[in-house]
Amino acid sequence: MQASPLAHHFESLEKQTHAARLGMWLFLATEVLLFTALFAAYGVYRFLYPEGFAQASRSIETWIGFVNTLILVTSSFTVAMGLDAATRGNGRRTALLFAVSVLLALAFLGLKAVEYSHHFQEGQLPGRFYTFEGVQAPGASLFFALYFLITGLHAIHVIIGMTVLIVIGTRAGLGAYSAEYHVPVELAGLYWHLVDLIWIFVFPLIYLI
Amino acid sequence: MSPSPASEAPAMNPRSYLTEPATGFRSWALTRDHKRIGVMFLVATTIAFALGGVFAMLIRIELLTPGPTIMDAMTYNRLFTLHGVVMIFLFMIPAIPSGFGNFLLPIMLGAKDVAFPRLNLLSFYVYLLGATVALYGMIHGGADTGWTFYTPYSTTTVTKVVPILLGAFILGFSSILTGLNFIVTTHTMRAKGIGWMRLPLFVWAIYATSIIQILATPVLGMTLLLVAVENAFHWGIFDPARGGDPVLFQHFFWFYSHPAVYIMILPAMAVISEVVCAFARKNIFGYKAVAYSSLGIAFVGFFTWGHHLFTSGQSAFDAGIFGVLSMFVGIFTAIKVFNWTATLYRGSISFKAPFAYFVGFLFFLVFGGMTGVALATVSLDVHWQDTYFVVAHFHFIMVGGVIMAFLAALHYWFPKITGRTYPEGWALVAATLVILGFNFTFIPQFLLGNEGMPRRYFSYPERFWALNVASTAGASVLAFGLVLVLGYMLISLRWGKVAGANPWGSRGYEWETPSPPPVENFEGTPVFTRGPHEYDEEAVASPAHVNAVPEPKHAS
Repeated sequence: MQASPLAHHFESLEKQTHAARLGMWLFLATEVLLFTALFAAYGVYRFLYPEGFAQASRSIETWIGFVNTLILVTSSFTVAMGLDAATRGNGRRTALLFAVSVLLALAFLGLKAVEYSHHFQEGQLPGRFYTFEGVQAPGASLFFALYFLITGLHAIHVIIGMTVLIVIGTRAGLGAYSAEYHVPVELAGLYWHLVDLIWIFVFPLIYLI
Repeated sequence: MSPSPASEAPAMNPRSYLTEPATGFRSWALTRDHKRIGVMFLVATTIAFALGGVFAMLIRIELLTPGPTIMDAMTYNRLFTLHGVVMIFLFMIPAIPSGFGNFLLPIMLGAKDVAFPRLNLLSFYVYLLGATVALYGMIHGGADTGWTFYTPYSTTTVTKVVPILLGAFILGFSSILTGLNFIVTTHTMRAKGIGWMRLPLFVWAIYATSIIQILATPVLGMTLLLVAVENAFHWGIFDPARGGDPVLFQHFFWFYSHPAVYIMILPAMAVISEVVCAFARKNIFGYKAVAYSSLGIAFVGFFTWGHHLFTSGQSAFDAGIFGVLSMFVGIFTAIKVFNWTATLYRGSISFKAPFAYFVGFLFFLVFGGMTGVALATVSLDVHWQDTYFVVAHFHFIMVGGVIMAFLAALHYWFPKITGRTYPEGWALVAATLVILGFNFTFIPQFLLGNEGMPRRYFSYPERFWALNVASTAGASVLAFGLVLVLGYMLISLRWGKVAGANPWGSRGYEWETPSPPPVENFEGTPVFTRGPHEYDEEAVASPAHVNAVPEPKHAS
């Protein structure tokens, strides 16, 4: 883009940074509310079908969810390290750490794909596609409807987050940011932490309780 | 601020946003100027308004006789759905915030643009995309569910609901992006001298609107997506046969759609607060009360959705709580109404078209609001549930309110946006027609509803005939008035008298810049030394203020 990161309609870089941060936080709020609708639906149906949800939850492999949680938390750590590098003006290190995060995200998606294929083989599918023999209690098919909606929407967010990390990481590696100006790195990190944070809620809801 | 000389004959600003940086199609399609984006939104929403109005007229013509008149029942069902979807998602939600808000909010803050101009343009294209998808769905099949898409009907109907749902889903993102932009702009782009207590009341109400847009719209998006998934794949989320709960849909839907009525009416109140000061030539009475009551409405609006579920199997306790919470909205609205009327007291009223619409607004808001409090009373609501009384209530307060404010805004800011004035005489004639026509359309519907005529019915018993004819006659007058407005506005675009910077003698910040405003909104960096509604000290507080030109310069 241009040499100076200051857009013409802002009077100072400080104000522009403030605006960018506020905008990002508001955007994250909308993301949280997007998932909140699904979590609320989960809560209502869990209340209506406690037995079906408990059995369905136990019928899926907890270890995949657990490993995936570790992977995502680690990726958040590397993103945070990347931001730390950016504040010191070390763009190449930021790029490297973001690349590690992207690889971890790919591992997450890979495990998720393994898990999905299990569900397809077992017939653990939503609504009228539900053919799983293991759990017959009412509400199990609803569990899997919500399971696929929540994890699917989360996976889409992982893919978007990866794209953001790739773009910003590449730009950081090319030296687009400095110790003084690295708001995009910070915002990309915020988004990735949100994706991580949502999973922190998804994991116990789907796998543990 | 704007050091333009106070010349006698008002002249068009030669450096206006309309001519700079260029005038071609490309310069508009790729613009990041909030004023041009606002104008594009205004054009698009006006087209949507016309389309929704045509649907409304077709509905009224169909209801002219008890039996079939000009269409079959299925076409009728599709028409009232389209009327609702177009009017709500394509006109009422975006018209004032995205149209006038975009144009005015940065100017009122003394900013050069909104905080995220590219996002702003994206918001417009997302709107166009959503409108296109929804219109595609309407042409290819159309939905017959009503704009509320209640399950399980919406998940089993043979009509094609999915494109319309996706269209509304996409439109939601346009709304979110605009709201996000406005909040950040209000926080970070205020010029020197504009503290929070010097924000124009327009900005306060738009700010409150934006909060609702951001917090409620994602839930609607998710809900519509769930209905689309259910309709397409039958996952059972809202399907009782598979354990789903259709009432959960109602909770989700109204969690957005009730606050959404405040997305529609708060911007209308934003306009009215500006108009009442300008045409009573008085400070607003109770600035803080008006400002904070907007936030109050936004807040309480999130806790009232249950009043749409009084007859959906909700417990009597819940219904009572939601009923009382709903009445709180009446308190905040009343605060505004009393402050507006107190502003008129000892004001120097100039009865121009925007003021006429203010009077209409006040009537519709108060009358519609009173019926709203009545509807929030559970025992009364059980009687009126799903009748024309609800239709009439909604149209009075929402549609009446929004149309009055939209037209008031259009007349009040027309000189600022286009640099020209409209014919005042014709405008007053049209305002009379619109206000009277609106009353004649919906007062009979209150009566019909009270007698028990259900809404959305294709045919009705003969005893309802006379009132239905009255309603259709009223609608014709209303339509004629609106066409008249469109007519003289289009003519004025080209042949209207040149307005000058401040034809109203208004003290609003936006009138301190030339008309139409330059690309960067103000010549130089503006510094504000007084509040936005200060009419006390004429031409003392603001050294740069341009309105030495006497006010009644234009037609009639």
